[in-house]
Amino acid sequence: MKVEQISIFLENKSGRLAEVAGILAEADINIRALSLADTSDFGILRLIVNDTEKAKNILKEKGFTVGKTEVIAVEVPDRPGGLAGILKVLGDRGINVEYMYAFVQSSGENAIIIFRFDEIDKAIDALQSAGVRILKGEELYKI
Amino acid sequence: MIWNEEYETMPREALEAIQLKRLQAVVERVYTNVAHYRKKMDEAGVKPEDIKRLDDLKRLPFTTKEDLRENYPFGLFAVPLERVVRVHASSGTTGKPTVVGYTKRDIDTWAELMARTLACAGVHRGDIVHNAYGYGLFTGGLGFHYGAERLGATVIPISGGNTKRQIMIMKDFGSTVLTCTPSYALNIADVMKEEGISPEDLKIRVGVFGAEPWSENMREEIERKLGIDAIDIYGLSEIMGPGVSVECIEQKRGLHIFEDHFIPEIIDPDTGEVLPPGEKGELVFTTLTKEAFPVIRYRTRDITRLITEPCTCGRTFYRMEKIMGRTDDMLIIRGVNVFPSQIEHVLMSIEGVEPHYQIIIDKQGALDVMEVQVEVSDEIFSDEIKVLESLAKRIEQELKETLAVSCRVKLVEPRSIQRSEGKAKRVIDKRKM
Repeated sequence: MKVEQISIFLENKSGRLAEVAGILAEADINIRALSLADTSDFGILRLIVNDTEKAKNILKEKGFTVGKTEVIAVEVPDRPGGLAGILKVLGDRGINVEYMYAFVQSSGENAIIIFRFDEIDKAIDALQSAGVRILKGEELYKI
Repeated sequence: MIWNEEYETMPREALEAIQLKRLQAVVERVYTNVAHYRKKMDEAGVKPEDIKRLDDLKRLPFTTKEDLRENYPFGLFAVPLERVVRVHASSGTTGKPTVVGYTKRDIDTWAELMARTLACAGVHRGDIVHNAYGYGLFTGGLGFHYGAERLGATVIPISGGNTKRQIMIMKDFGSTVLTCTPSYALNIADVMKEEGISPEDLKIRVGVFGAEPWSENMREEIERKLGIDAIDIYGLSEIMGPGVSVECIEQKRGLHIFEDHFIPEIIDPDTGEVLPPGEKGELVFTTLTKEAFPVIRYRTRDITRLITEPCTCGRTFYRMEKIMGRTDDMLIIRGVNVFPSQIEHVLMSIEGVEPHYQIIIDKQGALDVMEVQVEVSDEIFSDEIKVLESLAKRIEQELKETLAVSCRVKLVEPRSIQRSEGKAKRVIDKRKM
């Protein structure tokens, strides 16, 4: 149920993001989803890739600070109110979303959204009992 | 092991008798042979024959770095140049370097004191000493070299630089002792990690680290990362070079000063007044046996205190605490005295924070602003902004509590702070630029 995400610490310096993308390209790693959160000093790049271990190792080798976190990927109906419905399920159970971002997808009827929770197991439980489909890691890496 | 039992464990009374005899001789020598000392003593109204007790030392004028510069290059030598067999010079960060000389006997004394130093640090005959101190005008390389040879160890005179090759040689030659600056030891540890070499792949057992001040936390980090005992050594070219004092491996608490060759004093850096034993102040040295370059009451600008309690290792020499800072490293931020070592101490007390930091001081209008850049290690990294921001806030808060002045903490990528192959550059003061 859980999906592995890598996160990378970046200083706000020009060219750093391009460098990460270049390193991953060279290692033949495909980026499936990404989000960049930033402050005035630094940013955190979060990625879901087709080979988490390889991406993590190669970036570490290049001197980046890299972390690994578990997130979940949720299928959201691609229509007005799709996301609102899911957030309501979580809100009703008092589950806090740390952050979320959309998945890159070429086609399909549903959108995929990545969620990061502190209480990940509680969130999985809540979403499943509400009949929301949660994607498995393998499914996602293959898309 | 104690290299020279007779002197190193001598009862204090006998030691002080030797000190007085040697002090009287050196004062006589500099008064007769060095115009600078004669002039300063005449101005102060002291004659060599006024030195009747050790306590009379404080009647003599201080010698400062400026005195050395004014007499550049050979003006303070107490012997004719043809008796000087070697010169060394300190890295003059501002202007000319300070030059020191050695007679044949001085070199011999230095080798003896460095043999004592290494023995005190647990090094012995049969050890393979990987000497990564710089060879050249700097005293570190040759000082260790001669001492290790005198001790009967095998010396690898590798000098500084090319860390990957250093590691290969340590591994292939089976080096058992590492001698270099503490920041370079950490640099070696970092490169070993990158190269996938673990401490077990090396035979290094002990490291003798000096030439820059380092904290207890840094010792703990070096010992953990390299799996060795890390020993602090102190020395400065103006006094002799390395081998003025060193920690014993038994205690690693306080550096034994070779008092049969050097007399330490602790003074108030502002008033010049001698402080009672145990009080913190500026360290001052008088050399007792040096021929070519004797110095009287040299102000080292290093801050420490003397430990007079006996040590379990058996040496009767007084100890000096690890250097706490330098009078000229002291930063004045909005009128508050700040030592970089205080900042390092705060950083190391926070779980997961590495001692890789840089302090940048600038002016915003008339106001001094201090930024402390801290590298984000894997341990403190988080995928959540709020976690990193609250860490930066916490460091800011703890620094403010310790320093009594506020600063900004900026988190930076690992290795973005320049790693030195020699001395670490911790402070960038843009106010002076």
